[in-house]
Amino acid sequence: MLRLLPEPGSIAYFGPPMSDPKAELMARLRAFEGKASSEPQTARFPVNVPMIEHWCDAMGDRNPAYLDAEWAAASPRGQMIAPPTMLQAWVMPGLRRWRDRPGAGSAVGSILRVLDEAGFTSVVATNCEQEYQRELVPGDVLRTSVTIEHVSDEKQTALGTGHFVTQHYSFRDQSDEVVATMRFRMLKFRPPEASAATPAPKPARPRPRPGITHDNRFFWDGVRAGKLLIQRCAACGRLRHPPGPMCPGCRSLEWDTLESAGRGEVYSYVLHYHPQIPPFEPGHPVALVALDEGTRLVADLVGVEPEEVHVGMRVQVEFNAVDDELILPQFRPLTP
Amino acid sequence: MRFRSELANRTAIVGIGATEFSKDSGRSEMSLAVECIAAALDDAGLAPEDVDGMAAYTIENNPDAEITRNLGIPGLRFFGRTHYGGGAACATVLQAAMAVVAGVADVVVCYRAMNERSQQRFGTGVQRLSPQPTAESAHFGWYAPFGLLTPAAWVAMFARRYMHEFGVSSDDFGRISVADRKHAATNPAAWFYGQPITLEDHRASRWIVDPLRLLDCCQESDGGVAVVVTSAERARDLRRPPVLVRAAAQAMAEDQHMMTSYYRDDITGLPEMGLVARQLWETSGLTPADVQTAVVYDHFTPFVLVQLEEFGFCGRGEAKDFVKNANLELGGGLPINTHGGQLGEAYIHGMNGIAEGVRQVRGTGVNQVPDVENVLVTAGTGVPTSGILLGRA
Repeated sequence: MLRLLPEPGSIAYFGPPMSDPKAELMARLRAFEGKASSEPQTARFPVNVPMIEHWCDAMGDRNPAYLDAEWAAASPRGQMIAPPTMLQAWVMPGLRRWRDRPGAGSAVGSILRVLDEAGFTSVVATNCEQEYQRELVPGDVLRTSVTIEHVSDEKQTALGTGHFVTQHYSFRDQSDEVVATMRFRMLKFRPPEASAATPAPKPARPRPRPGITHDNRFFWDGVRAGKLLIQRCAACGRLRHPPGPMCPGCRSLEWDTLESAGRGEVYSYVLHYHPQIPPFEPGHPVALVALDEGTRLVADLVGVEPEEVHVGMRVQVEFNAVDDELILPQFRPLTP
Repeated sequence: MRFRSELANRTAIVGIGATEFSKDSGRSEMSLAVECIAAALDDAGLAPEDVDGMAAYTIENNPDAEITRNLGIPGLRFFGRTHYGGGAACATVLQAAMAVVAGVADVVVCYRAMNERSQQRFGTGVQRLSPQPTAESAHFGWYAPFGLLTPAAWVAMFARRYMHEFGVSSDDFGRISVADRKHAATNPAAWFYGQPITLEDHRASRWIVDPLRLLDCCQESDGGVAVVVTSAERARDLRRPPVLVRAAAQAMAEDQHMMTSYYRDDITGLPEMGLVARQLWETSGLTPADVQTAVVYDHFTPFVLVQLEEFGFCGRGEAKDFVKNANLELGGGLPINTHGGQLGEAYIHGMNGIAEGVRQVRGTGVNQVPDVENVLVTAGTGVPTSGILLGRA
């Protein structure tokens, strides 16, 4: 088939006025590309230590390069630096000022309104890439300019149909040198229509349940009673975990239990990131705990930052209800 | 203990066949199975009518009865399946060799075909447990409720202790990925053809389950691979030079759990693979020095190091030094996974590694090691497992 004109809706369409509303919208959106999103913003405050400390507290970051002036002075840099990913925090207008003038009169405000009017009323930030030309140090004063770099065609996404809007940020310092750039992409999408057929949001997925058998019921009953029980051969006294019906040492089928004091040390551990499996958080610490009584068991750790876990760490059991139905033995670092 | 075996050099792999390796095959697992088996039979110069035995994994979704019907195989006299995921890989050849030597079957097909990326991803782990009071649901109950859910996580627990005891670093694991991807880069059949990586790439790859990074984990793949086993005698008359099964062995060891044998005094080794190793060396009369190249099961890099120790290529805790200086790469002391391994070529549960072992003995590998007399091929690690030694007739 011979096409004399590009299809309406394609980027190269320069034909007569169109009746296709999608193409019309696309043309309006494309016109924003290359425009400044808003007036250049100058940071309210120079790069400063108090904001850095608050940010590090919130992020759980303890890098002495950001926090310890003495350490930083002795480091190859010779001084403290700001966390690079704090970049955008320096030029944010602050809640009150943003509430007063949410992008008023700006191109980004306009493009969002155009999308709102076209029914793409929901928004989600999808990704953000930053590139750093130099490290920021206390006293730097940043200024940023933002342009609308790209508006995508209409896309089908898991959230709904929408357009991706990409903004490009350039950050300059007091000497007008570019210190960093950022690409920030958001999806403006049409929320799926709520209807009677739409099921209510599911509760957070619960943790997998243990399989209970005649051989291990005592363990899980013990957990519900706040006891960590270890199976013990009634004939030879050998302890075993995970439990089973027969002693592998003397082959006796008779057994009783020993209540563990619940103390031990981390024999090995992992931090689980991918795939993300709710309800577990990224970085979820799971340990192989060597109990003082001599057996080992797997359990997750609580009350500890992932980066603080180490082999040999002393831990103490506690019994926690992880949801309405399930109580698990979990371990917390013992304070010396 | 001295091991004896009636199998040494009595059988041969006479045909290999594979589909393309992809992330979305676009067809049924059954189609992948019959395609790779037909290709393997054609490679051997045999017809479906010659087949009278099949050996597969219990995790295989394609029942041998369906395959037999689809391929127009008149009937089977032997069909057996082995459990424990990729641990079954070399066991299929063991089962086939036993059947042939016992006279139970003449021509046995071993196969693995799966849409493991597009259909059923093992990497997502065990997120739902059967409510039935079975030994298996009890087993997973010691791990899944606590968030230890995936094969990567189960292996990572061993890896951390191994690192702790022997001073092994993430870089030492990375060297396995670098070697595999180097070999995949020159293998047109590999998913990562033309895409070598550096140790820097490994360091920069994200955590999957710390201490395992993305580049410590094998791919997830769609594809099928089959091999054909018959007697050494019959092999002499077939299309390809026979590749003898010098030795084949399976093993599980003391205090064995499916993939979480965390309760042994020492968890830095793989005693089940050690038992495979002792059987292979003793029944073949060979030693590590007699092997020119090896296909070392690489679903996760740390266990490649441990296997090198279990097979005696180096001492306990010394693999971190053995893997340095490109020793595992083509031109090194022990080139491994010359097809790119499961990190580089495809994850077909070790069956593609057996096919590569055959090519190396035939001298037809795309990354051919010179003067190959014997190749070691291993199967899934951390689980009850298997291994074979292949050699020139």
